[in-house]
Amino acid sequence: MCNDSYVRFSNITKVFGPVKANDNVSFDVKKGEIHALLGENGSGKSTLVSILSGIYTADSGQIFVNGKEVVFSSPKDAIDAGIGMVHQHFKLVEVLTAKENIVAGSKIGFFIKGKELSNKITEISEKYGLAVSPDKKIYNMSVGEKQNVEILKMLYRGAEVLILDEPTAVLTPQETKVLFSILRKMKEKGCAIIIITHKLNEVMEISDRVTVLNKGVCIGTVDTKDACIKQLTEMMVGRSINLDLERAETEITKDPMLEVKNISYNDALGFSILKNVSFDLHGGEILGVAGIAGSGQKELCEIIAGVLCAKSGEVLFKGENINGLSPRTIAKKGIGMSFIPEDRLGMGLVAGKSIVDNVMLKSYHRNKGIFVDREKGRKLAEQIVKDFDVSTPSVNHIVKKLSGGNIQKVLLGREVGLDPEILITAYPVRGLDIGASYNIYDILNREKRKGIGILFIGEDLDVLLQLSDRLMIIHDGEVMGIVDPRTTTKEQVGLMMLGKNIEEVL
Amino acid sequence: MFRVVKKDELTHKKEIMIRISAVILALIFVAIVMTIVGYNALEIFSNIIKGSLSSKYRIVETINKTIPLTVLSLGVAIAFKMKFWNIGAEGQFYMGAFGATFVALNFSYLPSPVVLTLMFIAGAICGGLWALIPALLKTKFETSETLVTLMLNYIAIKWISYLQYGPWKDPNGIGFPKIATFEKSAVLPKVFGIHCGFIIALVLVVLVHILLTKTKLGYEISVLGESQTTAKYAGMNVVKIIIIAILLSGAMAGIAGMMQCSAIEQTLNDKLSGGLGFTAVITTWLANLSAPLILVVSFLFALLLQGGAFLQSAMQIPASVAEVIQGIIIFFVLASEFFIRYKIVRVHKVEKGAK
Repeated sequence: MCNDSYVRFSNITKVFGPVKANDNVSFDVKKGEIHALLGENGSGKSTLVSILSGIYTADSGQIFVNGKEVVFSSPKDAIDAGIGMVHQHFKLVEVLTAKENIVAGSKIGFFIKGKELSNKITEISEKYGLAVSPDKKIYNMSVGEKQNVEILKMLYRGAEVLILDEPTAVLTPQETKVLFSILRKMKEKGCAIIIITHKLNEVMEISDRVTVLNKGVCIGTVDTKDACIKQLTEMMVGRSINLDLERAETEITKDPMLEVKNISYNDALGFSILKNVSFDLHGGEILGVAGIAGSGQKELCEIIAGVLCAKSGEVLFKGENINGLSPRTIAKKGIGMSFIPEDRLGMGLVAGKSIVDNVMLKSYHRNKGIFVDREKGRKLAEQIVKDFDVSTPSVNHIVKKLSGGNIQKVLLGREVGLDPEILITAYPVRGLDIGASYNIYDILNREKRKGIGILFIGEDLDVLLQLSDRLMIIHDGEVMGIVDPRTTTKEQVGLMMLGKNIEEVL
Repeated sequence: MFRVVKKDELTHKKEIMIRISAVILALIFVAIVMTIVGYNALEIFSNIIKGSLSSKYRIVETINKTIPLTVLSLGVAIAFKMKFWNIGAEGQFYMGAFGATFVALNFSYLPSPVVLTLMFIAGAICGGLWALIPALLKTKFETSETLVTLMLNYIAIKWISYLQYGPWKDPNGIGFPKIATFEKSAVLPKVFGIHCGFIIALVLVVLVHILLTKTKLGYEISVLGESQTTAKYAGMNVVKIIIIAILLSGAMAGIAGMMQCSAIEQTLNDKLSGGLGFTAVITTWLANLSAPLILVVSFLFALLLQGGAFLQSAMQIPASVAEVIQGIIIFFVLASEFFIRYKIVRVHKVEKGAK
């Protein structure tokens, strides 16, 4: 091994029940490098960094930091050894200030020496170009700021190795740029950075070397400058795959299927979530929706589907107002609307029940009498398993024990199987690997060709721009504009996501 | 150093094996405790069996305890399936008995089948309505059903005490605070020497089993128990389902109360249940909310209760020994849930002796 390797994994194996999450993984990270860890979901990236950050303990194998073998039994051990992890879901106390979050859990004596601390925080943030105001409360911060606090927290505690788990998943293109410049600065100062991602263009942009995992096995480490996206994809998926997305050409219906007119919505605490949102959706088109997570996408979907009721405005399905009607009433009117919610296991599916019980969820009530027809459900489940290629031991398998991709296929299969006229999907590929994601895109295109109107809430701007016929951008519950994705750039969309109007951008 | 590690998914068989071995371990533990306290454990166990099964009278007594426990547990199971933590079976039992007694005291001149049917209906309705209070409070104000059902138990019991010492006090009771004994027409008849409540209980076991596993309502209850959001998303009328399920849950307890006051005590008093409503929470949980298993577990618990009563007379050991055994069994079974999901492994520290 090289002398300058800072962290070295040697034959790490970790088994969860029947799953080998990491199988004999070895690689090293050098000082002053940005090392990307690439792999599909379930390939063992998160497990590997969780072992390094002391959350899990490896079943076998060793970790060396600075040439010395270490064994971590808690995240505290890891941070003491200079290894800090920034989780995808931030571990911050919302009601406390940045400063208080940064010192929480570290040994600083009984009192917080406010001023001294602020000075130190400012010093670190200037050193790396991290914009953090020490006395701002977390709940007042944007996602990017929160991420900065997380990074600063690790640096404050003396991290020399920083692990970032999918840091760009929640950021706009602009925020991503800022993050990358921070990471480059840290690299110059001699930190080692491990960044987990499955966005290939980011890997190419930021990393020095890439280690690719596939099904828990380390496929290899390559220098980024010698690699190309195609090669990395093949390493990651284990086969070559066509990464081009097609935009299916279809006839679009003359009259809109769905018209949303001036809807506004406040949450239980009275905060305004949606402000005067209007748009229409025609049959045979995909209307993409871009926006920072939490800009009202979830509520918008739920209002259309009847789960929530808008405070004002109308949701017209072929001219008939359906705002305020329950999902069952909407279905009973013969309106074919399918909804694939963001929260699959918490809303779309019954996590602890079998595939059979799950595929019946929307149709069990059509049966006459007091009994449920599980035989019908079983047949439907077998059909979905076959048509959508769900890998499961049986249709009686509990849904939450399936993998993310298969869970999504069950949900999609049920919803598409209802023969809808409009399909609302929120983040349908979240957590899925490339192969599974492209499968889902294919299914969406197939449904679009059938003349279905599709509302597609997405997060990957590249995909949104390639797949949608029109792209709507929302910011803080307001529509910033609807653009033609053929002529709009990612940067322009990014600016609108940050609250710039269409007139200011185009 | 030890570490808790998640286990592989166990087969159903293995899970049951773990639970059974937990019960066996609990009994061994009980034996050790008894020995330390100075009793002969084997003698205690054999006396429990003897006291509950060795003569026709004792078997009938055991079954008499099985009947209310089973029906109460069925009610608890319906609510628990929905993750509605109804621990108010005790109160619903008393309110059911109250409704039945009202009929028995006022309409016993009617033919017996009519009186008994009316008592049955009154018991079910009163039990159901009593359970409806926490359900409505939960759907309207999101109150904790655990607290409300628990507190309503005490109100129900005190209500019975009030009737017993006040308005319903038997004028012929020579000043003794008791409610009048029921007329013959208000007493459940016997079949094979056991009051016919056992037939009702068996029918209810079958009905509740079908309800929970085969009907739309049962499906909705279980979906709602898993996730209210999913139920709403699927278009279910959440409030309606909660109300119907809880009415049924309370009605079961009410029926148990009706049978107990009609067949066993043939009157109503505030000692009618002897805590069975609380025991039912435990039996339901141990039976994994399955109706057929509830019958088995309730029988085993009745055996302990009856055997415990026998210990008192035969060995001058307090009957509460049976309760101690119950408690220890529950403790072990709950602990075994942990071992169904996790295992403990040894982790070697290598920091010092690095290779």
